[in-house]
Amino acid sequence: MITLQPRAEPSKLMGFAAPLIALVVTLLAGLVLFALLGVPVGKAFYAFFIEPVSSVYGLSELGVKAAPLIMIAVALSIGYRANVWNIGAEGQLILGGICGGAVALYFYEVEAWYVLPLMITAGMLGGMFWAAIPAFLRTRFNANEILVSLMLTYIAALLLSMLVHGPLRDPDGYNFPESRLFHAAATLPVILEGTRLHIGALVALLLAVGVWVLLSRTLLGFALKVNGSAPRAGLYAGFTQNRLIWFSLLFCGAAAGCAGLFEVAGPIGQLLPNISPGYGFTAIIVAFLGRLHPIGIIFAGLVMALSYLGGESAQISLNLPVAVTGVFQGMLLFFLLAADVLINYRIVWRAKGARV
Amino acid sequence: MSTQTESPDTPLVAMRGITKAYPGCLANDAVDLTLHAGKIHALLGENGAGKSTLVKVLYGLLQADEGHIEWQGEAVNITSPARARELGIALVFQHFSLFDSLSVLENISLGMAVPANRALEEKIVEVSNRYGLPLDPNRQVYTLSVGERQRIEIVRCLLQSPKLLIMDEPTSVLTPQEVNDLFVTLRRLSDEGVAILYISHKLNEIKSLCSEATILRGGKRVATAIPENESTHSLAALMMGSEVVVPARETRHASDKVMLQLSQLSYATTEQHGIPLKDVNLQVHAGEIVGIAGVAGNGQDELMQVLAGEVRLKNPLQLLLEGVDAGSLSPSERRMRGLCCVPEERLGHAAVPSMSLADNAFLTAHYRTGLLTGGLVSQGKTRRFTEQIISKFNVQCNGPASLAASLSGGNLQKFIVGREIEQQPSVFVVSQPTWGVDAGAASAIHQSLQAMANAGTAVLIVSQDIDELMLISDRIAALCAGSLSELYATQGMSVQNLGLLMGGAAIQKEAIA
Amino acid sequence: MSMDSNMMVMIGLTVISAATPLVFAAIGELVAEKSGVLNLGVEGMMLAGAVSGFAVAHVSGSAFLGVLAGVFAGILMALVFAFLTLSLRASQVATGLALTIFGVGLSALLGQPLIGIAYEGLPSYSIPLLANLPIVGPLLFEHNLLVYGSILLVLTVSLFLKYTRAGLVLRAVGDSPDSAHALGYPVIRVRYLATLFGGACAGLAGCYLSMAYAPMWVESMSAGRGWIALALVVFATWQPGRLLFGAYLFGGITILQLHAQAIGINVPSQLMSMLPYIATIVVLVIISRDRGRIRKNAPASIGQAFHPTK
Repeated sequence: MITLQPRAEPSKLMGFAAPLIALVVTLLAGLVLFALLGVPVGKAFYAFFIEPVSSVYGLSELGVKAAPLIMIAVALSIGYRANVWNIGAEGQLILGGICGGAVALYFYEVEAWYVLPLMITAGMLGGMFWAAIPAFLRTRFNANEILVSLMLTYIAALLLSMLVHGPLRDPDGYNFPESRLFHAAATLPVILEGTRLHIGALVALLLAVGVWVLLSRTLLGFALKVNGSAPRAGLYAGFTQNRLIWFSLLFCGAAAGCAGLFEVAGPIGQLLPNISPGYGFTAIIVAFLGRLHPIGIIFAGLVMALSYLGGESAQISLNLPVAVTGVFQGMLLFFLLAADVLINYRIVWRAKGARV
Repeated sequence: MSTQTESPDTPLVAMRGITKAYPGCLANDAVDLTLHAGKIHALLGENGAGKSTLVKVLYGLLQADEGHIEWQGEAVNITSPARARELGIALVFQHFSLFDSLSVLENISLGMAVPANRALEEKIVEVSNRYGLPLDPNRQVYTLSVGERQRIEIVRCLLQSPKLLIMDEPTSVLTPQEVNDLFVTLRRLSDEGVAILYISHKLNEIKSLCSEATILRGGKRVATAIPENESTHSLAALMMGSEVVVPARETRHASDKVMLQLSQLSYATTEQHGIPLKDVNLQVHAGEIVGIAGVAGNGQDELMQVLAGEVRLKNPLQLLLEGVDAGSLSPSERRMRGLCCVPEERLGHAAVPSMSLADNAFLTAHYRTGLLTGGLVSQGKTRRFTEQIISKFNVQCNGPASLAASLSGGNLQKFIVGREIEQQPSVFVVSQPTWGVDAGAASAIHQSLQAMANAGTAVLIVSQDIDELMLISDRIAALCAGSLSELYATQGMSVQNLGLLMGGAAIQKEAIA
Repeated sequence: MSMDSNMMVMIGLTVISAATPLVFAAIGELVAEKSGVLNLGVEGMMLAGAVSGFAVAHVSGSAFLGVLAGVFAGILMALVFAFLTLSLRASQVATGLALTIFGVGLSALLGQPLIGIAYEGLPSYSIPLLANLPIVGPLLFEHNLLVYGSILLVLTVSLFLKYTRAGLVLRAVGDSPDSAHALGYPVIRVRYLATLFGGACAGLAGCYLSMAYAPMWVESMSAGRGWIALALVVFATWQPGRLLFGAYLFGGITILQLHAQAIGINVPSQLMSMLPYIATIVVLVIISRDRGRIRKNAPASIGQAFHPTK
């Protein structure tokens, strides 16, 4: 029979290999899923994984989808290392979109250089405000930040819907629930001609590098790791958990809010009731898949972005429902968690009947 | 006086040639152990000598690789604790298996696999009173003291009318008075014909209680003895394999400079079962070692938290470092002022198990030893600092990159104590410095503490080990239910008087504040 | 006058209807948490139950088979969670999140062909005699079996935990798995069973939503109820009686938006829809600030992986 035997030291090899193993198994499971859905497996494989990145435009779209994922995941990883579970990044993203978008609409038709920076600032502040709520409630009242940040996500979505149906609706828009299209000065510049790839991609990469430095070389990064691993030791060392909670949540709020602003001021170009295909949630998977490490997150972000594009492509060419993407993402996380076991445990075959 | 229920020649239990090996370690090497009904038999040995393993084999938790066990003259195969209980063997573990949120009745019911009904309740009251261990079946366990919790474990065993009662290091959590009470109970049981196997490394207790002793060292049985005929020195020699040199008491002349002062310190914790500190007064001078005795659960955790800065004091002037108020300073600030602490728990508190020794060195030393340059961690400096600790304190490990969890208890403790000592503190506070540590490491740590004091550091030791405190401290006090007794010179202090202090009573002696 | 009492009964009925899925989901999670398992995947398990129950009921025409399918789906989802966290010792928080994400995706995928299909809902059974009482009769005694079942379930769980041996063992495992293991109790098996029970209840909650409350299938139709159920368990300080009260309180808040217009409140519908979520936050804060109380009632080992030391 198979048993698990704890390793003396966590296996570094498995640390790298586990995400790869999970990817491969997910692919296989995906092929099985396609077969069960009655879809020609080869075609599905092509549509999902090859077609989306087979053109320059496709690659740029990969960047468009990966940018918010990487930005948010990198910020989430800070908190997760310290056991601060921000699950409401989606809500913070929405608030960023709302606040930044509101600024854009306020300055409608004003072609000035300061509009975009103001929007970005507003977006970040909006996200930070939304993240400050669970931070405050956790540090002051010990309320579980998972549930609070999640509830706020639902509230944020309703808030956006309310605004887009009401005060922020385009007066010339035939009563559709959407805002005016943002004017030129309120639109993110595109960095690759002919695509939708915007500066958000660069910001995401810079942020990843910045967080890498933070985590590996600063006292703050060290404190995050200690508090996540052994909270009492953190207390003993003088790293106050409350300060870390505030920092990680506000940082995340700013990153998610900024990502939200980039979405509405970039690819979307206006405020709609739905401004994100669940980036805030997928970013959680990206963070885990990337081992909570900025470099891993960059790769993981690209992989997950591919799953979004693949879902869209499969919907177009094979009539597969978009929900397939969610299934893939969920499966990937499962298999990753399962593969992670091998980091701390070894599989041992033990003959039946032997007693310890 | 003892009633023999069978021929005095047939032992109740005979373990013959018990061998048990683990990867990398031979825990028991052809060990023989013979127990007779109505006798209290000591199993003596240092930490790591193989006592626990042998007992686990006897209780059916482990199966020996070689050897056999005879019960009342017949060979038996003890395959599980249930089988052991069937035979009549009961074991009171050192670490209790209790459920805090459940009642005494429910705990005993779970431990005995019988329903928690009125009949059991009545039996508990009857048995616990009969043996001088009164218990209220409906109290929830989290409200009980450690000594009372031990009673639950003992009563649980007694309710099964055992023929053999095994006690695994029972007195490390008891005050001297509670120890005496326990001994009364055990003698009573032995008079009724129960065989008792008493596992300990406390020589005075063994001499006082046990009529026979088996001594283990390094997995082998090295001797049997009659404690009555031996001195603690000879028993210690048997236990540790050589004439033990008991270091002479050093006489130190402490300076007049008060480095650490606690002045009417009161602190009420918000923890559920915390012990509030009440009006604690204490002065530690440069160059002296002060010891605070006390059984766990009397406020030691709270005191350590207050001293380390993990909790801050609201009222001013209760904690002074070199005369300056420090009660509201953070742990980092206190370290910068020269106060270094070592908490009781190694893994998870004093050190992060999953991190390397280098990281763990950085954990507390980063400010005081200047391991940060320009806001960034200096890997080189940290590594050199760690290597310094490893070599100076003889820490057996695979270098600065080895994980804290991979070190043995003794080596990790040496590292932790060494880390703080290398920061050259002016005040050094340590809790349970040699708990669960082998004799060699313990001795090394004691020497380090003495060296520190000789060099002028003010040292404060909180410990459950009375022998340790009597050995190396200059002045001694006891913590009981959150109150600290007066301080007395250790020289001339007796264990009995210390026991009284630990129990909260006053003694007739000159106090030296 | 009778107009008002009719309206009261109607409002009361919708409260009961809205509360029932919360009761199911929360009581199941309570049992799991009592054994020390924190399963954040309630939302995912509910949706799995909702889509399965609806699909089977629609295809087979039998409500009974539908409910059975919903329960089975919940158990299956919980089994994945249990295997990962109890046998493979994966992090309970991460696995619970994965379960939710997966459940949302899988139910959306499987539910595609079911969108827009009508279902007549579950038949209700009047309790003879009692149903004829004025006001109280139609309010309390004319419900579908699941509603009655939810109350019975809470009662059963309460008695189970307090008075049975198995309940005692479960509480012990949640208090200290190490002690339970040392005494020879099968910690992992107990936790498996508790987790699967939680899954079954979540599945029941889900199929109640799709087969009685709505009754139809809509993507992500649980709308966060799974998370609210988690908060409810904290609010109830892990006591079944309080949980029932909390679920009904939340049921009331949830349907407030439906009756807002009738009562004369003229606010954008989205604001009213926010109420249950805001209420959840408020309730969490109120309960959590009493740290002592939480520590006293929360199963001490909740959320921590159990590593048996031989």
